[in-house]
Amino acid sequence: MKEEEKITDKSRRDFLKTAAIATVATATCGSLACSCGSGSPKKIAITDKVKLLSPDGEIVEIDSAYLNHQEHMAIVSKLEARQGIAGKRFVMVVDLSRCKNARKCVTACQKWHYRPEETEWLTVKLMKDSDKAAPYWFPKQCFHCDNPPCVKVCPVDATFKRQDGLVLIDNERCIGCKFCMAACPYSTRVFNWDEPEQPFDIMSLAPNPETGLPAKVGTVEKCDFCPDRAREGLLPPCVEACPNGVFYFGDENEDTVSNGDETVSFSQLIKDRAAYRFMEDLGTKPRVYYLPPKDRQFPVERGYDDLPDKIKERFKDIMEETKEVEKH
Amino acid sequence: MELNKYQQEVFDKQRPVIESYGKKTWGWTIFFLLWILVGWYALYLQVDRGHSVTGMRDNVVWGLYIANFIFFIGISYAGAVISGILHILKVEWRKPIIRIAEMITVISTIIGPIYILLCVGRLDRLHHLFLYPRLQSPITWDVFAIGTYFSGSLIFLYLALIKDFAIYRDARLNIPKWKQKLYKVLAIGYRGTPSQKRHIRISTNLMAIMIIPLAIVVHSVLSWIFGMTLRPGWHSTIFGPYFVLAAIYSGTGVLIMAMWVYRRMYKLDSYLTDKHFVYLGYIMMVLGAAYGYFTFSEYLTDWFGSEKWNSEVIEKIFNPAKYGWWFLFANVAGILLPILVVAIPKTRTPNLIALASFFMVIALWVKRYLIIVPTLETPLLPVQDTRIEYVKYSATWVEWALTFAGIATFFLFFTLMSKFVTIIPISEFGDKEKQLVQPAEKEFVLANGSLK
Ligand code: SF4
Ligand code: SF4
Ligand code: SF4
Repeated sequence: MKEEEKITDKSRRDFLKTAAIATVATATCGSLACSCGSGSPKKIAITDKVKLLSPDGEIVEIDSAYLNHQEHMAIVSKLEARQGIAGKRFVMVVDLSRCKNARKCVTACQKWHYRPEETEWLTVKLMKDSDKAAPYWFPKQCFHCDNPPCVKVCPVDATFKRQDGLVLIDNERCIGCKFCMAACPYSTRVFNWDEPEQPFDIMSLAPNPETGLPAKVGTVEKCDFCPDRAREGLLPPCVEACPNGVFYFGDENEDTVSNGDETVSFSQLIKDRAAYRFMEDLGTKPRVYYLPPKDRQFPVERGYDDLPDKIKERFKDIMEETKEVEKH
Repeated sequence: MELNKYQQEVFDKQRPVIESYGKKTWGWTIFFLLWILVGWYALYLQVDRGHSVTGMRDNVVWGLYIANFIFFIGISYAGAVISGILHILKVEWRKPIIRIAEMITVISTIIGPIYILLCVGRLDRLHHLFLYPRLQSPITWDVFAIGTYFSGSLIFLYLALIKDFAIYRDARLNIPKWKQKLYKVLAIGYRGTPSQKRHIRISTNLMAIMIIPLAIVVHSVLSWIFGMTLRPGWHSTIFGPYFVLAAIYSGTGVLIMAMWVYRRMYKLDSYLTDKHFVYLGYIMMVLGAAYGYFTFSEYLTDWFGSEKWNSEVIEKIFNPAKYGWWFLFANVAGILLPILVVAIPKTRTPNLIALASFFMVIALWVKRYLIIVPTLETPLLPVQDTRIEYVKYSATWVEWALTFAGIATFFLFFTLMSKFVTIIPISEFGDKEKQLVQPAEKEFVLANGSLK
């Protein structure tokens, strides 16, 4: 990595020291807002500096080169991670007419969160609403419901709703009772049935609900809308990775959403395209809106024929059924 | 403590049971311990390797364990409701069976919650339940409800035991020193003075009244763990009363079974009379009918309404290729059989009533399984997974081992308890002052066997 080379040995060591102190600070302060200082970090490198919040709430200046490398460092305290980003209301809009099950979103999310192939925080389902209806691809993240059944049932407040709309999990507090999994009507949550495998440097990160890293055995996890990236003004990896611009991510308060290629008005988009929320009748008030699969850009087979067999198997029933119907 | 004639009779009968720990008992104890050992090994695997050793996965997040949890908390109703209600109604024939009933309650209230702990992925974080309790969560309600219920049942059992402990203390039993001492401590200086008697009577009455609402709360809260979710087959308003009823029903069944076992093992025919079986049989029959009614209305509304999600669950439960046969068994053995056996005079015998209870109790366990698993296998979104264990639940040996370990623990505790206290309470027979037996007791003590 280029950036890494730029950092001198000394500066790297210094930075690690800062990070270590920061970790200790998080550990000792816990989730309480306290003012135990970690000492101001030394100036370290030659490239740009960025201002960041240290885990204990102090503003520190940090070499941006380092940031690029350690993308997942918890940059906010646990208390802040519980409150959310002030003034924001995150929303997602998913354009079903453009999805061809390219699965780039799935792999991008897995890569960013260091999740294995079997763990899909984002899944693409093949939906068929009624017998005669044409099937369509249906990517599904966590809906970050405004009336979240998963949060209601958690006995220890490990999963919580933030003021910016996100529903996150503190996997250091979660006792793994799985009640939230039973309560989520959208099968969003996944459980770490085994000790999760992850790279060593990820395992040693300071745990934070905003990153969901490192994963912990016996706890629950799910799509988190990538708030650590939102803090840096970046779109979630699934949004960026989609070749067809299916996902629009943005802020309801600002009324803008972007799919990476275009930035549009959220209210206009959901008005013009008759957006709906999945299973509105459950009363969960999702923060994800779907644009109906009208005037589709790709035939549904485009997302099926080239799939690896293992994944193809998932949709076999529906695909065959559809082919039958078309024949008649 | 001086005993009256009848008390002496009951005591003499049971004296050898608490004085010695026979070879047979040792055999059983070791057998149960072996089962429990297998369970411990399974538990070790589950903690060491993670929950992947169980059959539970992301769709079916709960399985056997939760069914066992509901089951054990259910049978704990034997003591709470049966003996509580009979106590309040001052039904005299209850006296010889209250101890068994209350032992069932206390023991199953110890074992039940273990199963919910087995569902917990991070046992090392259980203290979080008290560090960060969230009152909105039905699990928090459950923790407090079960905690209170357990303490209540323990007190209820103990109150009825104090007088007996005093009798054991004064009886110069041929037992080891530590046991003597323990009796002495547990008798807390009870001498049978009028004021002591009054205190015990008042506290027992109070506990009997308190234990009933507590028990109802416990099982309602438990049912709400399911009822409060938006799942087809669970999200039902009758779940609270339905669970409570099923609990009393299965509790009665286990009580009858326990009576039958003790009667045979210790030849207690003169105290656990046919009359007891018949009366409890009647109670079981009425409860069975009520439970049948609840079952019928629950499944009828789901089936008739035929809402998409409900229909999918119903289809799984009714389909013989899926859970159909189990459902049939749960209803035939769980509702029809006990009702018929008690209703027909010819089959209304202790043996057959006990046999019907046995099947009924198993059927009720199956029913709990059918409440949990088919619903979890039917999420609102299509599963579309190729990993078979994510689509369909099947319990692994680890889960079965722990299930049987729980049952073995239940039996083991029972065996130990029955060697420590007399199964038939002694002090309940008559009153020292009056030197008389209550008419109802007299009737059945004297008329033992006459019903045969
Ligand atoms: S989709 Fe499920 S996990 Fe996400 S917020 Fe809603 S209920 Fe919770
Ligand atoms: S599994 Fe964890 S996050 Fe989910 S309800 Fe239980 S404690 Fe809360
Ligand atoms: S928003 Fe983030 S966590 Fe959610 S699916 Fe996209 S990449 Fe994954």
